[in-house]
Amino acid sequence: MLQVSIYRYNPETDAEPYMQEVQVDTGGKDIMVLDVLELIKAQDTTVAYRRSCREGVCGSDGVNMNGKNGLACITPLSETVRNNKLVLRPLPGLPVVRDLVVDMGMFYAQYEKVQPYLLNDSPAPAIERLQSPEDREKLDGLYECILCACCSTSCPSFWWNPDRFIGPAGLLQAYRFLADTRDTATEERLSRLDDPFSVFRCHGIQNCVNVCPKGLNPTRAIGHIRNMLLSRAT
Amino acid sequence: MVTAVTSMGRSGLYDWLMQRVTAVILLAYFLLVGWVLIGGVDYASWKALYSQTWMRVFSLLALLSLGIHAWVGLWAVFTDYLTERLMGTTGNVLRLLAQVVCAIVMFTYVVWGIQILWGF
Ligand code: SF4
Ligand code: SF4
Ligand code: FES
Repeated sequence: MLQVSIYRYNPETDAEPYMQEVQVDTGGKDIMVLDVLELIKAQDTTVAYRRSCREGVCGSDGVNMNGKNGLACITPLSETVRNNKLVLRPLPGLPVVRDLVVDMGMFYAQYEKVQPYLLNDSPAPAIERLQSPEDREKLDGLYECILCACCSTSCPSFWWNPDRFIGPAGLLQAYRFLADTRDTATEERLSRLDDPFSVFRCHGIQNCVNVCPKGLNPTRAIGHIRNMLLSRAT
Repeated sequence: MVTAVTSMGRSGLYDWLMQRVTAVILLAYFLLVGWVLIGGVDYASWKALYSQTWMRVFSLLALLSLGIHAWVGLWAVFTDYLTERLMGTTGNVLRLLAQVVCAIVMFTYVVWGIQILWGF
């Protein structure tokens, strides 16, 4: 029996959050944390969490497992469980809607700020804007982000200033469009990032890199943005 | 873009660069002083060192760098932990207070440092 401790909070009935202890029979198999959640839900239908694809593609089931953020659906128990114990909490730093479900509003607001879409003022060609394979390669390691928020909610700078620091996820996307040769708004994008908070709250702790389930490296992207700002200003 | 009137240069890049540049100056200064100390000093040689204009200028530069470096660093700390988000209006009051204290301390040290460097 796996010993699971799960964060519970229903603002309509609970005065404050508490940890619920649950025993789960995993059948001795190395199943995913999401499977464990499904087993818990079979016991207690009031447990709330988000999930959709169950294969690490949609980004909806970011949770904190034994202190580390990740996607429940692609995290096997062997990767996180120590001493037969699993502690499940919502992603840190965001308001809890209920149990493991957090309000991603602040996270999306930061994402929106970086204008995560192609800006190009030249007339659109008949079929599509072409890009050389080399230029396309520059977007590798950037476009794969699934916006699960595991990175931003593990970043202390984002915890303290979620309204002013864009956070690793947003900045990775900011760089994805700065690096795109089809985008013509580079200058405008950079000028929106030059304040002391949006980019420069990153202190390079690399918590983000440590948790990204897609193996992406926001810190490196942030470094590229900083270099672009530097060469633009000197 | 977020405005921030109390940061060093109002631009994140400027602050960031200043912190790096001042860090290099401080490192160079402390390496020099450390090297002199390891070589062994007495009152006469120490006084002779600090009587030279270049050493006084370098010391002043290091002192100013320390002030700038501390301001940028502490500003980041204050705007992380003493904020309206964390403690309401109290946060703003405390932050401003901390910044004023910080500015006075730095100003005092710089003036005092100049007095010491050129005053003996
Ligand atoms: S490297 Fe920067 S963005 Fe990533 S966790 Fe650290 S402070 Fe946050
Ligand atoms: S960078 Fe990684 S951790 Fe962050 S939101 Fe994208 S996929 Fe998730
Ligand atoms: S359920 Fe879609 S990423 Fe886990």
